[in-house]
Amino acid sequence: MAMPQTKDAPETATTEIAVSARNISKNYGDVEALRDLTLEFPRGQLTSLLGPSGCGKTTLLKIIAGLLEPTAGEVEVNGKTVTGPGPDRAFVFQDFALLPWASVLRNVAFGLELRGVAKSEREDKAAKYIADVGLAGFEASFPHELSGGMRQRVGLARALSVDAQVLLMDEPFSAVDEQTRRKFQEDLLALVQNENKTFLFVTHSIEEAVYVSDQIAILLPRPSRVSEIIRPSGFRDKGVDNIRRDPEYLDIVDQIWASLRNYVE
Amino acid sequence: MLTRSLFLKLLSAVIVFGAWQIAGMIPVSYAFPTFMESMDALARMTFDGSLFVAYGETLKPLVVGIAISAVLGISIGLWIGLSQLFDWAFSPIFIVMQAAPLAALIPLLVMAYGIGLTSKVFVVCIMAMPVIVLNTSGAVRNTPESFKEMGASFMADRRQIILKIILPAASPIIFSGLRLGVSAGFIGAILSELKITPTGVGDIITYSRSIADYPSMYAAIFSIIVLAVLFLNLLEMLENYLFEGNNRGYASD
Amino acid sequence: MKLFGYRLPGMSSLIVWGLLWELVGQTGLTFFVPPLSEVLVTLFEVIGTPAFQKALSETAIAFFSGVFFAIVIGIPTGILMGKSRLLDELLLPWVNIFLSAPLTALVPVLMVLFGFGMKSIIITTTLFAIWIIILNSRAGVMQINRSLIEMARSFGASPMDAFFKIYVWAALPEILGGVRIGIIRAVKGVIIGQLLISIVGFGALFELYSANFLMAHFWAVLIVLFAMAFMISEIFAYLERRVSYYAAKR
Repeated sequence: MAMPQTKDAPETATTEIAVSARNISKNYGDVEALRDLTLEFPRGQLTSLLGPSGCGKTTLLKIIAGLLEPTAGEVEVNGKTVTGPGPDRAFVFQDFALLPWASVLRNVAFGLELRGVAKSEREDKAAKYIADVGLAGFEASFPHELSGGMRQRVGLARALSVDAQVLLMDEPFSAVDEQTRRKFQEDLLALVQNENKTFLFVTHSIEEAVYVSDQIAILLPRPSRVSEIIRPSGFRDKGVDNIRRDPEYLDIVDQIWASLRNYVE
Repeated sequence: MLTRSLFLKLLSAVIVFGAWQIAGMIPVSYAFPTFMESMDALARMTFDGSLFVAYGETLKPLVVGIAISAVLGISIGLWIGLSQLFDWAFSPIFIVMQAAPLAALIPLLVMAYGIGLTSKVFVVCIMAMPVIVLNTSGAVRNTPESFKEMGASFMADRRQIILKIILPAASPIIFSGLRLGVSAGFIGAILSELKITPTGVGDIITYSRSIADYPSMYAAIFSIIVLAVLFLNLLEMLENYLFEGNNRGYASD
Repeated sequence: MKLFGYRLPGMSSLIVWGLLWELVGQTGLTFFVPPLSEVLVTLFEVIGTPAFQKALSETAIAFFSGVFFAIVIGIPTGILMGKSRLLDELLLPWVNIFLSAPLTALVPVLMVLFGFGMKSIIITTTLFAIWIIILNSRAGVMQINRSLIEMARSFGASPMDAFFKIYVWAALPEILGGVRIGIIRAVKGVIIGQLLISIVGFGALFELYSANFLMAHFWAVLIVLFAMAFMISEIFAYLERRVSYYAAKR
């Protein structure tokens, strides 16, 4: 990970771009899911894709992951064109996608297992990340024995353990209860702070997006396009406890709601 | 509460066997022995060993037939689940077989393969195979999409996705297909012994009926039903033990 | 399955298999497989014969009476089991036993008790069909959403109202599912009964054909039988889909 440190320079105009999506279109038969969408994701930062349901945010994320192929346009990660899933990206799934027949340890090590990493090595690594996400002691448990929040921590540890530079998170907290979700959001901020990784984060919660993001891309539906890019700057370093009562935070939440409310049926 | 449920199970057994005993004592029919007489006959056949000899004979086509159906059925099912061409070509055959009264093929099988073991194995196979194939192909086809996407996003190749994701995800349903196949196989094995040539337990049933030894006949039928039910329950317990938690723990619950 | 971008209908491969059958038959590879065309010609001849019509009507009577008893006894028993815990605990072990038991073994008992006739075949058919109907009706009643029943009670529904307006409807998808599987089993049961008793219906017809080595006749009757069994199961699958739209939404 000999990446240049850019974390200290939040002015994105000068920040290096880790992922860029250019002129992406995606059609499902006659349905136009995305049309000519262009968006850039700065390195070391968290960018949210926010929009009403059906606006194609998950589609865009899966195209960047290489799980779906765009009808037109291309995605570049670190200057290389995406042709399929790659070791530079890791995905966190909305429904966790944990293997119910495998222990937490094997689930977390699964990404490494697929890469052919030796058993002892991958399990050491997995154990470290299990401890990092706060699940030490649950290595031998099975997914059905864990709460929803704990399952998503397993999913997160699995994504972290392959040491990808880009983390793609598809509504990772939507199946988690409200209090757990708040804790997750705080942990996520720390993660962005400490790991020099680029985060792409799909959500439908305005508050969540404003709370965790360095950059918010508002997507509008049918066909999807980026309508607005917002970069909250003022409240990020005021500490996790103060963000939610910061005037700028509240203003941005209101502003986004004002532009989205017309699209809620 | 465990004692209550155990008590009720015993009570229900006592009621049914008691009713059998009383009906036999009346008797409701000359061909209806009491429960005790039948159990007597069962004990006699067990201790003189004739029951074991008979089961050795009966289980032969069953075991061979189930083994063939399992290997063939699971492989075909996998192919159908993985390949659209195979699905198109073979699914309809097994769907029709599943709905059709395949027992009607027995006279034909006897003409083609005689009255020996081959025909009986065939009967077990045609009864057991459709459900094994259909369960396997359905389970493979219905592997949760997000599992496959997860594998793909961590760059699993096709072989890894099949071996590490699709097969384990499908195995509970494949296993219950096998259990249903065994259940159908029992029907086939007994049917072939009653219809084709009386051997094994079928021989006891047919022979004791012809000499009007009804207690022995009832005892043989009782024993085969008990054997089948016990074995199938054992399989079900094994299934629950092996795949505990497999059907839970997908998305949020 | 798509061919040149065109979607092939689901069961269309059966046509290919039919052609293959015709080819194998034409080569005269084996005496047991006459060409499909010959079988089809025979089929139309056979359908008109009194022997076939007698077999068909006997089978139909046995099948429909067997299914009738299975439904009329099975559904209420299942609903009662779903509502009463005592009854459930007393009966469930037996239902489960007979559900998985090889019922073929009981046919000889039925033969000595009820004779070599219609009565035994009807009882065989009922025995094949009834257990799954009971079990599914029970499951249907047991999965009814508690809040649905509480809703009815909070609006002042009488027990009778609750039974006919809530229980029956809420359990309908499961009950119909049970009836469908029960009917498929009944088709198998009626044939197995006839094969073992073999002096009535198709059992007798099969004996006649196989004794005289009339292969084309044999296959013709098999085709009719399989096609009818498949149609019956498809019709019920269709009915089940009609009501299952709300089963998924509970």
